[in-house]
Amino acid sequence: MSIWINESTKVLVQGITGSQGKFHSTRMVDYGTEIVGGVTPGKGGQVVKLPSRAIPVFDTMLEAVSSTGAEASVIYVPARFAAAAIIEAADAFHGGKNGRGLVICITEGIPILDMVRANSHIEKMPGVRLIGPNCPGIISPGDSGGCKIGIMPGYIHSKGRIGIISKSGTLTYEAVAQTMSVGEGQTTCVGIGGDPVNGTGFIDCLSAFEQDPDTAAVVMIGEIGGNAEEEAASWAKDNFTKPLVGFVAGATAPPGKRMGHAGAIISGGKGTAEEKFSAFQEAGIYIARDPSKIGEALLRALVDAGLREP
Amino acid sequence: MNIHEFQAKGMFRDSGIRVQDGVHCTSVDQALSAYDLLGSEIVAVKSQIHAGGRGKGKLYSLDSGNLVMEGGVKIAFSRGEVESYASSILGHRLVTKQTGPSGKIVKNLYVESGCEIEHEYYLALLVDREKGTLLIMASTEGGVDIEEVAESNPESIHKIWTDPIGDLNASDASNLGKALGLDGQTLSGFCDMISNLVSLFVEKDCSMIEVNPLVRTSDGEMLALDAKLSFDENASFRHPWRADLRDLSEESEVEVRANEHGLSYVDLDGNIGCLVNGAGLAMATMDVIKLYGGEPANFLDIGGGADSDSITAAFGIILEDQRLEGILVNIFGGIIRCDMVARSIIAASEETELHVPLVVRFSGTNHQEGREILESSDLNVETVSTLAEAGEAIVGVIGRSNK
Repeated sequence: MSIWINESTKVLVQGITGSQGKFHSTRMVDYGTEIVGGVTPGKGGQVVKLPSRAIPVFDTMLEAVSSTGAEASVIYVPARFAAAAIIEAADAFHGGKNGRGLVICITEGIPILDMVRANSHIEKMPGVRLIGPNCPGIISPGDSGGCKIGIMPGYIHSKGRIGIISKSGTLTYEAVAQTMSVGEGQTTCVGIGGDPVNGTGFIDCLSAFEQDPDTAAVVMIGEIGGNAEEEAASWAKDNFTKPLVGFVAGATAPPGKRMGHAGAIISGGKGTAEEKFSAFQEAGIYIARDPSKIGEALLRALVDAGLREP
Repeated sequence: MNIHEFQAKGMFRDSGIRVQDGVHCTSVDQALSAYDLLGSEIVAVKSQIHAGGRGKGKLYSLDSGNLVMEGGVKIAFSRGEVESYASSILGHRLVTKQTGPSGKIVKNLYVESGCEIEHEYYLALLVDREKGTLLIMASTEGGVDIEEVAESNPESIHKIWTDPIGDLNASDASNLGKALGLDGQTLSGFCDMISNLVSLFVEKDCSMIEVNPLVRTSDGEMLALDAKLSFDENASFRHPWRADLRDLSEESEVEVRANEHGLSYVDLDGNIGCLVNGAGLAMATMDVIKLYGGEPANFLDIGGGADSDSITAAFGIILEDQRLEGILVNIFGGIIRCDMVARSIIAASEETELHVPLVVRFSGTNHQEGREILESSDLNVETVSTLAEAGEAIVGVIGRSNK
């Protein structure tokens, strides 16, 4: 099992005719993702030929959702159009047959007020979940292949019992590699993104992993800026019963400087790695202060919980 | 992107937000003409740099390094004082709490009419990350560092939130003003001001507006005595006019140059250069260096679209650092292939002299090919496969070269 997606999830690609869209669609299909259509305004009726499959293109998300019965959509459109694409996807799912859908936005560099508007639009749609933006996407490895919606390298993952949540892209891959190095695979890995205003947060993911019977433990990767990690820690303390491992990137970051991600900034002395590690510790979360020891911390957590032999 | 106070006040004026009359100057002569033009006996002579704490800052001579004057914002009571303050400010190095010890050279000055201040407040607009909406924050304690107020007197800080799509709720605005103890004409002046500030924030895609202090004058007017404004750079595509407001001399030259190559770079104080793909992994790499006993010289994310040219540029930028003693490359290949990075490293070493030891960690896509390419090259390079090995190797190699 997994959270939010599985091997049969039907996926649309917004921006499929662009170079990014086509490149990643090919890799998603190769991994086993069930891509049922693409959307590019003005290119409806065309077909995108991927090496292993031909994908129909629609003009609008509304047509695409009603023709294909898609349950998820991934957005590879440029930043200036991305918030509109999110809203279009949300409307199409919300107005669709079951009123539900998952919108995954990979795009980096969306204006913050655009995201504020997109979020406040989606808030009124209980069946619609946004992941991202500025994220690697979401992946659930299967027995063979699996469902990969995003840009992560599929082959580094393997089906297992660990959930992974992260604000970062390549650092998520690092966490995946380290769980693999201690002999553990993943149920689902969710990249929530490094923007200051985003969709799904740590708590949404923790809550879903808590409900998922196949997830035995979770690794949570935060970074400096904001207080999402602190809020997640305080929620987890009362509501999360599985072993939880946490790391926060940016202990060496200077204050007032944006570290690559729009949201990764210590402002007014707030949002430091130290505050976040302390919050984790206070909530009984296993912490890895050293990012090269995330795997070791996971192993320790599993052993303590009686889920692995010492 | 930050702009100067005089530019922010120009935008305030255009948006109907009350500010005093003032003139932007770049010479002492201009400052004197500004004084004559303003016709106000008392004026403020204000250093214009992109950093706070100007009032308590110190000005130093560029040549001798000697202290020239204390305070980067001065109240002048005569033409003579304007001349003296302007000459002590312009062309000198202003060091404040926010500039760091190297300070900023002051090239711009703002001469502004004085006013009778009854009380100083604090006002700021920013995006509340957790609530995902616009936050308006005000305090009865103005003219001081808001972080200190948050520590010493948090109950003096009042907040309201507003949706940037709709209009500001009039009763929220009025309640905020009442919380500051305002009433009558002063209260309605305050409400107009924040309503105009919200419009300005949304229309111009700001990321922060800070008015510290916001003042109540003796005749009951609310006036923005200072103005600090930053733009959300992600929205620059729809505001081409911003280019005219940008003062590149206020930005780190090397960070601007890195940006032009699609690199995200932040200069740090250590001696180990880093070149990493991904912001989170780049921060984690710095953390690992520190935990293994080293000091990172920089943060550098080459981004998902890196190619041979941008990697060569990245090496060039890292190698400019005089303190550099080693470089750690940490690549977790996804879209970026490790073999491409390996070839780019070799190409970069041919263009720029690689005078320090290099440790390369490859993982993910084509890591094996990447390692083989480097190992069969003439480069002084150690290749490793995990983050822990990378930390050990780079700190070890520097330790050895120092012995």
